[in-house]
Amino acid sequence: MILSAALWLALVILGLAFLLTVWRVVRGPTLPDRVVALDMLVGIVIGFIALIAIRTGFTLYIDIAISLGLVGFLATVAFARFILSSSGEEEEAPTTHPPIIPPTVRQTPLQERRKPARRDKGDGGAAARRRKPR
Amino acid sequence: MIAMLMDTLIALIVLLGALFALAAAIGLNRLPDVYSRMHAASKAGTVGSALMLLAVGLHAGDLATLARALAGFFFFVLTAPVSAHLLAMAARRAGYPLASQSVVDEIKNPPESI
Repeated sequence: MILSAALWLALVILGLAFLLTVWRVVRGPTLPDRVVALDMLVGIVIGFIALIAIRTGFTLYIDIAISLGLVGFLATVAFARFILSSSGEEEEAPTTHPPIIPPTVRQTPLQERRKPARRDKGDGGAAARRRKPR
Repeated sequence: MIAMLMDTLIALIVLLGALFALAAAIGLNRLPDVYSRMHAASKAGTVGSALMLLAVGLHAGDLATLARALAGFFFFVLTAPVSAHLLAMAARRAGYPLASQSVVDEIKNPPESI
């Protein structure tokens, strides 16, 4: 009796917290704000899973909550690396970009040369294959 | 009697965890910059979800389930500071600014005693 009422109240409170956190994800002015709010969302969803585990009595939900926590931790670490590396690219843009451009310039003529040759061979081979069974 | 007491204890833990999560969400919306929002999200939010996992372990009344719930509890409590520190370090190195009312910036101005 007490437990079911407490679970209901906790579900309502968690829903409110979830909406507030989603509001921060939507409004967050910078990328780290959104990442922090997403990390928080994972925590709130783990809370939801725990409440449902108590309501239904399936203890298997604990494993799901642990694996969700692991995924959330890895996602936050990956986002942190992404924030770090994306800021590094902007700072080193003049030094890193020039070596990247020449291969792309080189590749476009090569692809233009190769494509007609491949098309000729491909059409011939496909036509030959089509002709063989007939 | 003991079952009643246990139910009350679990209800208290669940409500405490939900209130911690709500406090974290309110802090996430009220605090001024990324670094202070991180305090709310990684401390109060983690304690909220960890308390609810602990409640599941107590409610099951099974030693294996309680052990798994405790493993999840310690996993969350140990990984949250790591991810928060990593994220704060990345944001600081990427140059996201502190709020205007922050008092000290020890990365920009390292303390002289070290």
